[in-house]
Amino acid sequence: MVPTLLSVEALSKSYGGVHAVRSVSFELRAGEILALIGPNGAGKSTCFDMLNGQNMPDSGRIHLLGEDTVGRKPRAIWRLGVGRTFQITATFPTMTVRENVQVALVSYGRQLFNLWGSTAAYARDEAGRLLDLVGMGAYAERPCGELAYGDLKRLELAIALANQPRLLLMDEPTAGMAPRERIDLMRLTASIAREQAIGVLFTEHDMDVVFEHADRILVLNRGSLIAEGSPEEVRGNPQVRAIYLGEGLVYDARHREGAGA
Amino acid sequence: MAFYFVQFLTGLASAASLFLVASGLSIIFGVTRIVNFAHGAFYMLGAYVAFTLTERFSGALGFWGGIVVAALIVAIIGVLVEMVLLRRIYHAPELFQLLATFGLTLMVQDIVVMIWGPDDLLGRRAPGFKGAVDFFGQNIPSYDLFLIALSPIVLGILWLLFQRTRWGVLVRAATQDRDMVAALGVNQKWLFTSVFALGVFLAALGGALQIPRDAVHHALDLRIIVEVFVVVVIGGLGSIIGAFVAAVLVSELNAFGILIFPKISIILVFLVMAVVLIVRPWGLFGKPEAAARRTPGLTVTPWRPLTSGERLMSLGALVLAAMMPLFAGNYALTVGSEIAIFVIFAASLHFLMSVGGLASFGHAAYFGLGAYGVAFLAKAAGLPMIASLLLGPVLGLLGAAVFGFFAVQLSGVYFAMLTLAFAQIVWSIAFQWVEVTGGDNGILGVWPERWAASPANFYWLSLGITALVVTVLRVMVFSPFGFALRATRDSPLRSEAIGINGKRVQWTAFVISGTVAGIGGALFAYLKGSVFPDSVGISLSVDALVMVLLGGVETVSGAVIGAIVFKAANIWLVSQTDLSKLVLGGFIVLMVVAFPKGIVGTLETIRNRRRSAEAKKSALVTSRIEAAE
Repeated sequence: MVPTLLSVEALSKSYGGVHAVRSVSFELRAGEILALIGPNGAGKSTCFDMLNGQNMPDSGRIHLLGEDTVGRKPRAIWRLGVGRTFQITATFPTMTVRENVQVALVSYGRQLFNLWGSTAAYARDEAGRLLDLVGMGAYAERPCGELAYGDLKRLELAIALANQPRLLLMDEPTAGMAPRERIDLMRLTASIAREQAIGVLFTEHDMDVVFEHADRILVLNRGSLIAEGSPEEVRGNPQVRAIYLGEGLVYDARHREGAGA
Repeated sequence: MAFYFVQFLTGLASAASLFLVASGLSIIFGVTRIVNFAHGAFYMLGAYVAFTLTERFSGALGFWGGIVVAALIVAIIGVLVEMVLLRRIYHAPELFQLLATFGLTLMVQDIVVMIWGPDDLLGRRAPGFKGAVDFFGQNIPSYDLFLIALSPIVLGILWLLFQRTRWGVLVRAATQDRDMVAALGVNQKWLFTSVFALGVFLAALGGALQIPRDAVHHALDLRIIVEVFVVVVIGGLGSIIGAFVAAVLVSELNAFGILIFPKISIILVFLVMAVVLIVRPWGLFGKPEAAARRTPGLTVTPWRPLTSGERLMSLGALVLAAMMPLFAGNYALTVGSEIAIFVIFAASLHFLMSVGGLASFGHAAYFGLGAYGVAFLAKAAGLPMIASLLLGPVLGLLGAAVFGFFAVQLSGVYFAMLTLAFAQIVWSIAFQWVEVTGGDNGILGVWPERWAASPANFYWLSLGITALVVTVLRVMVFSPFGFALRATRDSPLRSEAIGINGKRVQWTAFVISGTVAGIGGALFAYLKGSVFPDSVGISLSVDALVMVLLGGVETVSGAVIGAIVFKAANIWLVSQTDLSKLVLGGFIVLMVVAFPKGIVGTLETIRNRRRSAEAKKSALVTSRIEAAE
């Protein structure tokens, strides 16, 4: 039996009279890659922010790795073993690539208030190993501020893996990337996740990425979950086609070959 | 009862000027995002120019005309300042804008004394408002009633201006999104200039209207600017209604505070401000700002520990400095000790500001607390010098622990203003609590013991402590804690997402920094043999900022060089000219515009450029070889 990493029950949030998220429930198992999709304003980001502690739900329950995490701060959720990447990358531009990862390792090793040690020597090899894993080993000594956007995304993935997470939360991991880079990054993420049995929850606008890599897809529309299932099921769901994909657009294998150009 | 009512009206009348100046500051901030430190200087200039004009032209027309013309003249000066200086620094980090406008303030102080002399000037009474109105046996000056009526009228005019004119719509739009307004084809340059002119006009009008009530003197600027900061912070930066409500609140607190707590009347206002900031960090009527711009932000070169060669060089410089008593006289040694002490002070601020990204505008508070700590222990408790030196800085530590806890809840300009306000609290305690601190007379007779009394010995003591402190701070920069602090500065979002408790990290840095400043203050008390409220004053806080900036805000230890150069130049300058503020102010402005990276930062840039040029050259050579193959 594969353990449940994340279980969400009847999660709701409204702003004024607008129901941003309405009674959303789902589960995520170890090693599973789950995509959360939906048109703009569907409630994906609100959902995501509640999961990682940046936003308080009005009602509902979130169990992450067996613990109730409603009301906990992002840093407390991270300590449970949750890695996080952002829609717009958040890294430390005045440090080198290696130092970026080392800071996360310092935090993981609970050395944040160590005033006397040398950070340069701290977990140097472990940082290098993580960078090699995401293909950034050659850039370890480069200033982070000089990296191209696609490389920043890969660095973020390395940082997110520093606490040996069991769950990765990725908010639009491929936003702002070239089509080629998108596929590479998601392939990399998927292979790492499968190898280490990490669960991945990601939001995404690029349907190629979603249908190629997700094991299961959740479709949100106007705050409610309107469909859930394997890529084939979701692709065939007439409600999803009507509401989400729009009229006249059919995502099948033939179409996909032409996409991404 | 009648007495309290009159006191209330007096408070309202004082609120008028405060509101005019504060609304001007708020309008300017709303559009340009510059906190104009020079606003107090424009207020003071308005008062001086109005004084001259109303003396020159007689009659009611001469008076009222003089006041309006004075405000217009100062507004034109403001336009020149905006076009020549501010346009160059709109995209600079906030800290630089605050410092540049502070430099202007310093220059105006000396210019005003040059033109109008150092004495207080008493202006004419306002024609038509010379008498007083009797209210149940209490007199209210009729001019006060005029002022009370004036501020709601000005508020109404401003409201109409912003709601009903095309210009007002553009200003409100620019306040919400500058870039969008520019993208819509609005000429930003002139919008900014006109907004600045209006803001300065209001400040100068506020100053000009004060002349029938108050003497005109050259310290008006700092007095009003601190109050105005308090007003806009309470009301919310960028909100005119907020400025109005807070101006009334602050003036009433002052008016009644004097009756209830005569000793701590100033503190009362600051306490209210601290409470407002904690409950509503963006002020009563303000809106949360987008994340503040990072204070550093000019380069992205990662910091490196010193190479072994550089280490040797630093050691050599230290040995050289330690040899100074062999050839220098007593005066030079005393100057040397003072410079060493200011290196400690600057390095402590540098740690908070460059590593932590928190630009404190009131760092003198902790320096001064250390100095007073030593004075209490040595004079009152009679402790030996070593014990006092070790325990004195604890007062700085405690102050930093209390104030720092509140200050790190904020960032950017709000952090700067809150730290300034806290420093003013400490200053008012030092100044007003005469029984304990001696007030303006200070505490005298804090002399070092025999073993440290000779200038050479004291110099060695100071130098040794300085070397130790600078080394320890450097180690901390590269320690895991230093990285956590820089991580919090670089990206609060990411650092929270990797488990860093940013507020706690920043608070710790604040306490470390305050303690180190306290060590500097403790030595300073022994160097001077006395402690005065000056060691807590704004000008000392600003000196520290300038030293850090001069050295290079983005370097690891630039403050050391900055402090040495600044302090030496300052001591020399004061001995050479009476216009030291003019020169210093001009220097600050020039530095912000021309050398924002500071001495060490500029040297590093040159070195990096040379290095990458060499790298390119060798790359060129290899590519040629490849081509040849």
